[in-house]
Amino acid sequence: MSVATRARVVGALGRRSLRQAFRRPMFFAPVFVFPSLFLAVNTGGAGAAVDLPGFPAVHGFLDFQLAGAIVQSAMLSAVSAGTSLALDIETGFMDRLMAAPISRLSVVLGRLSANVVLGFMVGVWFLGLGLIFGAHIEGGVAAVALVILLSGLTAGAFGWIGAALALRAGRVSVVQGMFPLVFVILFLSSAYFPQALLEQPAKAVANVNPMSYIADGLREPVIANITGAVTLECLAGIAIVALVGMLWSASAMRRRLRAA
Amino acid sequence: MAAISIEGLERRFSDEVLAVAGIDLEVSEGEIYAFLGPNGAGKTTTVRMLVTLLRPTGGRATVAGYDIVSEAARVRATIGVALQEAALDPLMTGRELIQLQATLHGLPAAAARERGDALLERVELDDAADRRVGTYSGGMRRRLDMASALVHEPRVLFLDEPTTGLDPVSRMTIWEEVQKLNREGTTVFLTTQYLEEADQLADRVGIIDRGRITAEGTPGALKAEVGRSHLELGIADGGAAKANDVLARFGELMPAKDGRLCVGLERGAGDLAPIVRALDDAGVAVESLEIMRPTLDDVFVAKTGRHLEGEEGEQAE
Repeated sequence: MSVATRARVVGALGRRSLRQAFRRPMFFAPVFVFPSLFLAVNTGGAGAAVDLPGFPAVHGFLDFQLAGAIVQSAMLSAVSAGTSLALDIETGFMDRLMAAPISRLSVVLGRLSANVVLGFMVGVWFLGLGLIFGAHIEGGVAAVALVILLSGLTAGAFGWIGAALALRAGRVSVVQGMFPLVFVILFLSSAYFPQALLEQPAKAVANVNPMSYIADGLREPVIANITGAVTLECLAGIAIVALVGMLWSASAMRRRLRAA
Repeated sequence: MAAISIEGLERRFSDEVLAVAGIDLEVSEGEIYAFLGPNGAGKTTTVRMLVTLLRPTGGRATVAGYDIVSEAARVRATIGVALQEAALDPLMTGRELIQLQATLHGLPAAAARERGDALLERVELDDAADRRVGTYSGGMRRRLDMASALVHEPRVLFLDEPTTGLDPVSRMTIWEEVQKLNREGTTVFLTTQYLEEADQLADRVGIIDRGRITAEGTPGALKAEVGRSHLELGIADGGAAKANDVLARFGELMPAKDGRLCVGLERGAGDLAPIVRALDDAGVAVESLEIMRPTLDDVFVAKTGRHLEGEEGEQAE
């Protein structure tokens, strides 16, 4: 199969995954609706946090929270991707794909390509919401483009984790059971609150949590400007998540094929 | 060259579970081969190995000349597969699904659209093509599943219980399509637990039970192995003794069933007219009369000592 044909296969599987995401509320709601509600509640209820000593200089709490919402949404998109992959395994649709003359990697890449596109949409959605409700994007148009790009890459990286979970467990219930973990990981990072203001041991965990670097990379262009070092740290965080997910996915796929 | 060649194929799931216990068979090009057996006999496990979804733990097999383990990708490119319970995405439309399947088999976009449309028309789903699969009936889903297995014009088509759970009309539609495909040159390997399906469709039948093939041959030859046709008669009160005397002249008397007399037929249906005339001449009043032919279930009973699930008794001609 030529590279062009492989790309078309990945594209076709990606389109199918996107349709699936938008045709079933159980996939769509966690990515757009829940994080939007969470953002509204957080911003409305904890806006005074910006006055705390040590809180970074921001135009408003909404500006600060946008990155948290994007990261949360990207992580939940991975739970959705994993859920739909597990559903494919449970219903036998995966067998249909496995019985076709395509590489096993294409099946996962198709799902991930959809997650990257969803990530771009997430970036557009939250920046749009932010602008509507008075956020300032200090870095301007370039910042908007960078945040959208990083949002897509973050969703893609977490997609690997979702895929690995689905391939390992093969059951929707197990993948969905990971849902609460998303919040634990996020609260132990700088996604919702500046790392400097966290108490120990959360502060120590946040310091080594890649989510902190990803959130900071998404936040910096909004509240200040594009900074090379912060962006690189963000990309490194994304790469770590993607690498862990890839290795885990590969191992889970091998295990699944061996068991078959 | 055989379309499917299997030598000692075995699949063990654990020390205790031997799902397929070393089977041997060959399916010729252009043949319809039916694997008949009850639930849990090893039919689906065999198919999953042949379509490369499951690795054998012993033996070897080739499909269209390609080894199912070392040349799995070539096997997948050559075969069409419609697995049990039509695993379709309920959120996709019929058209989307069949075009996706065409893309998976490497067809360019325009060809995928054209081929998809032609197949949807062929299985009479063109009107429902843009509806989501979740709204389809069981028969429609099966037809779509079969159509999607044909997008790349496979040389060998595997159908795993293609009509299980379908109503009689849908079942007939699937049978007609299978026969049509076979006339066009496609080799068909199907599994079924329905006697009638194997009898109607298959050129040859393999009866599988507990992971082993217990009998194999054409439906006619298998049935001939277990016995001849016999006649069952309901005789009016008081006429049984006289009827027995008459029937004994035409063949071996068999034990009566539910008060009905039975006689083996030496010449099959050809014996019927002389028997009726002789009974009439003897003044015996016949209330009912049926020629009973051996069925594949009789073959199954003869080979395994058990009936196929839900398919008991003989079929009246």
